[in-house]
Amino acid sequence: MKYLDEFSNPQLAGVLLERIRESATRRWAIMEVCGGQTHSIIRHGIDQLLPETIEMIHGPGCPVCVTPLGMIDKALDIASQPGVIFCSFGDMLRVPGSSKDLFRVKSEGGDVRVVYSPLDALELAQANPDRQVVFFGIGFETTAPANAMTVYQAKRLGIKNFSLLVSHVLVPPAIAAIMESPDCRVQAFLAAGHVCTVMGTREYPPLAEKYEVPVVVTGFEPLDILEGIRRTVIQLESGRHEVENAYPRAVAEAGNPVAKQMLEDVFEVTDRAWRGIGVIPRSGWRLSDRYREFDAEQRFAVGDLQTAESSICRSGEVLQGLIKPHECAAFGKQCTPRNPLGATMVSSEGACAAYYLYRRLDLPAEVAHA
Amino acid sequence: MCLAVPGRILSLQERNGTLMSIVDFGGVQKDVCLQYIPDATVGDYVVVHVGFAIQRLDEESALQTLAEFEHLGVLKEEFGNGFEIAARQAGLANPETAQPQQSDEPEVRS
Repeated sequence: MKYLDEFSNPQLAGVLLERIRESATRRWAIMEVCGGQTHSIIRHGIDQLLPETIEMIHGPGCPVCVTPLGMIDKALDIASQPGVIFCSFGDMLRVPGSSKDLFRVKSEGGDVRVVYSPLDALELAQANPDRQVVFFGIGFETTAPANAMTVYQAKRLGIKNFSLLVSHVLVPPAIAAIMESPDCRVQAFLAAGHVCTVMGTREYPPLAEKYEVPVVVTGFEPLDILEGIRRTVIQLESGRHEVENAYPRAVAEAGNPVAKQMLEDVFEVTDRAWRGIGVIPRSGWRLSDRYREFDAEQRFAVGDLQTAESSICRSGEVLQGLIKPHECAAFGKQCTPRNPLGATMVSSEGACAAYYLYRRLDLPAEVAHA
Repeated sequence: MCLAVPGRILSLQERNGTLMSIVDFGGVQKDVCLQYIPDATVGDYVVVHVGFAIQRLDEESALQTLAEFEHLGVLKEEFGNGFEIAARQAGLANPETAQPQQSDEPEVRS
């Protein structure tokens, strides 16, 4: 289905694939943590080009997908309130809450706005002093510095009508949770490059050591991913479990110290629920006491909402690498990008959406032609 | 929103006491906060995520990545109109341009 000539440098891709083929003597299961990497792997058919002994397992690294249903419901509740301008990234618009989504709130007349940056939301707050402006602060370590800086600026500039609905999640505790699952099949990780751009690589050696699992920091582009897989397979074959940086052009060992200092000032570590997975201890950030006044959950008192998860959606198992998207009975039938049951079908970085978009021909005929 | 996209700094300015810049992403220009790369200057390439530069990048890598992202359609998704993209995926009218519906209309989902 996929051909090497779709790569930006087919010769190099061919060489990397050959090296992987030569190195792999056994079956190995490698998880790519990042949703951007999942999208790239499926888009380029990397999983199909790899030797059959190498299985790519898709990880939980899509911030849109793992934002818990309860948080989506809180967003919908706040966005529906009069006098509120609710700001979000565009890919949150169609993530289903218990009864609707932000797109629907907008259709019903709610003032939902898509912004490129959280600073745009802060500008909206300055321009609309009689309105409450709320920004939906989702994302991993890559996104958190932007939201941290925005709250810092709000405090510094004395902007009282801005708040953040905080749902930040952290990658290393998720890796630990995956490795501690009794059903875990993951033998190596491709770590998310841009998370490491901010946080550096120093959190990973203790994980590699404790779980005896190779971790290779990897970029998003197809050749980066092939190189990450190649290095991972070499470690697996030789019985090593080290942290390697295969993305040095964007990742330094120390990460971005200025951003890390801001994160430390504005946020503190908290337990966080992940959609479909449940609570992972110390796996997220919330606003620290110094900035708690900017917490939208407190400002709008949305702590006690009841949620209703789809009973047939298996996105939690997909996010943990326990099943592949097409192994869910609803995939491509009740659940499509047009009518998503779970967030993994909404976000373009979600594993279900990636499978749906690029694997239609692999589906049973009645589904593919529906 | 997941990816970070490389771009070239065109100009610098201070706004509200914050170091800001205009960054060019292969033809699309955006306001970008430089507080996390405070020593960046005009002509430098930086990796930008949700309006914040988070790392410096060499020109060759930046141009290769931009070409790759253009090929993947990532730039269109990153900088396109969110409601328009969502409306197209959903097969619904863009609520930014359509009249508000009554909330008692039947649920769109089956």
